[in-house]
Amino acid sequence: MSERIIELRDIKKSYGQVYALGGVNLSVDRGEVVGLIGDNGAGKSTLIKILSGVVKPTSGEILVRGKPVSGWSAARSRDAGIETVFQDRALAVQQTIVRNIFMGRELTSFMGWLKVNKEIAEASRLMREIGFTSKVFTPHSIVGQLSGGERQGVAIARAIYKQAELIILDEPTTALSLTETAKVFHFVRQVRASGRSTLFIGHNIHHVFDIADRFVVLDRGKVALTADRTEVKSAEDLINFMEDVAHPGGLPGLHGEAEQRA
Amino acid sequence: MSKAMEPDLETPLGRTSGQATKEWSHPSNHWLRGFVLDNRAALGTLAVFIVMMAVFMIANPTVFTTWYLYSSVLTTLPVALFVVVPLVFVVTCGEIDLSFPATMGFASWVFALVVQAGYDPFVGIAAALVTGTLLGFLVGSLVVYGGLSSLIATLGMNFLLRGLIQIINEGKSTALTNLADSAAYRIFSSQIWGIPVQIFWAIAFVVFSALLFNRHRFGAQVKVVGDNPDSAKQMGIDVKWVRVKVFVFTGIGAAIAGTFSVMINFTWWPTAGDGYLLPVLASVFVGGTPTWGGIGTVVGGAIGAVTVSFIQTGVVAAGLSGFYVQFFNGLIIILSLLGHKWNQARYR
Repeated sequence: MSERIIELRDIKKSYGQVYALGGVNLSVDRGEVVGLIGDNGAGKSTLIKILSGVVKPTSGEILVRGKPVSGWSAARSRDAGIETVFQDRALAVQQTIVRNIFMGRELTSFMGWLKVNKEIAEASRLMREIGFTSKVFTPHSIVGQLSGGERQGVAIARAIYKQAELIILDEPTTALSLTETAKVFHFVRQVRASGRSTLFIGHNIHHVFDIADRFVVLDRGKVALTADRTEVKSAEDLINFMEDVAHPGGLPGLHGEAEQRA
Repeated sequence: MSKAMEPDLETPLGRTSGQATKEWSHPSNHWLRGFVLDNRAALGTLAVFIVMMAVFMIANPTVFTTWYLYSSVLTTLPVALFVVVPLVFVVTCGEIDLSFPATMGFASWVFALVVQAGYDPFVGIAAALVTGTLLGFLVGSLVVYGGLSSLIATLGMNFLLRGLIQIINEGKSTALTNLADSAAYRIFSSQIWGIPVQIFWAIAFVVFSALLFNRHRFGAQVKVVGDNPDSAKQMGIDVKWVRVKVFVFTGIGAAIAGTFSVMINFTWWPTAGDGYLLPVLASVFVGGTPTWGGIGTVVGGAIGAVTVSFIQTGVVAAGLSGFYVQFFNGLIIILSLLGHKWNQARYR
């Protein structure tokens, strides 16, 4: 059952002399919520950009459903069923909600002419699905007029349009209110219940602990720990572990991969 | 399997469909209000034009009822429209192209050479279009793949291409006297009911481009790239290729414009296109396309071109000397910009 949606093998990324990622192995199975945590500068953002195809790795292999890919790009990543809700939402704020939802994936008929009515209908449906029912806004509303949570809603609507197999949420709860955060959590549970996968990146370890089935701790460009839900008793365990990694000592009882860093 | 998943996904954020309103609707979702809001830049430009014409007509009511004045504007305006409209795409994409005058000269030079060599003018038009496409691609590639500032690089290309024309032609023009007998001339440059036929081609071009801008993937991607290139890239849009394409579009428009201007005059000059640089740029911005990219209006740009081309004729016809033309040019530009600033909110 647990098909491997995506697998990264020994991914390295260097900017000049500086290694952002020094050989990362990461995989996401179908129907699983993977929580990716790590301090600032651990390489989370770089890893997300590689998964979403925005940045090309210096070396390493990417496998989608068991098959190695070549010519990996943002377009390829989306075609492979990977949708990313970026930390900055990746919205064009002077454009309408419709144009943002269909950014890079315009619904067209012959010769690239837009199916305007279909786009509006689909945008209305998506926005209703994610509970975006305010009467103040229409699919033609300019994204620049929306609040942070509403913009997040547009970014999520865009991610769920094509029934993506893996949804990457990069710091989705940052700068959101409690109710908006609860909405995001509910969304993640719905995605899991539908048998699809989520990669949840968070600064807030409590948030990640609440939602993830499996935890991956990134530290200075390497995976410091992968642990199943059952192996971690509390968010404090994770926090302690991360502190130990930062100031070496190790956490007994967890099959850490800290020795890889040696 | 995916069928079975769908029921769960209907309400990912925990609202039942029953609670959701059927359709969104704006509190005052009247079609007229929507139309005005969607087209306020173009309508603002139209208002500027109407006010300007009213002032001219008050100054001298008789001249503006004479047909020859409109006729002369309708002869030269189409040439400008063929470059103003592609430039709206370029500016919306967050770039600028100052090389179109030289592209006009270069493409129309190719047209003149082909016609002078005895080929059918249709062959000359095709050759001019190919030249414009290639030059647009060259300029666009230089800016985009060379990573240069479009302001400076296209200025450089304008000098470079114009310089090539001047070096080879040594200032000599080419007369195309046999053009008047050709079918191409009758189709593209004659008169119907006393109206220069170019204006109909130009209107068709404006309508087609407006559809391209608002109802086509190309226009949608141009706007997104101009608005937020990083996001466009993250969503899988080939940002560089979109940028190159707007320069190619300008090259094609410039080739058409250059060819039309040669057909009007029966003569190709080595300076062909030079006089269009500033009026065309002014038209784009008077038309309500802002400088920062992401939004623009093709119809507004076209109205801007009409406004700018009526300034000179209007000032003279209103009884003022030609010395007033530049002053009024500047006045209209400044007033338009102030109007658009008040009219458009900028989202960041």
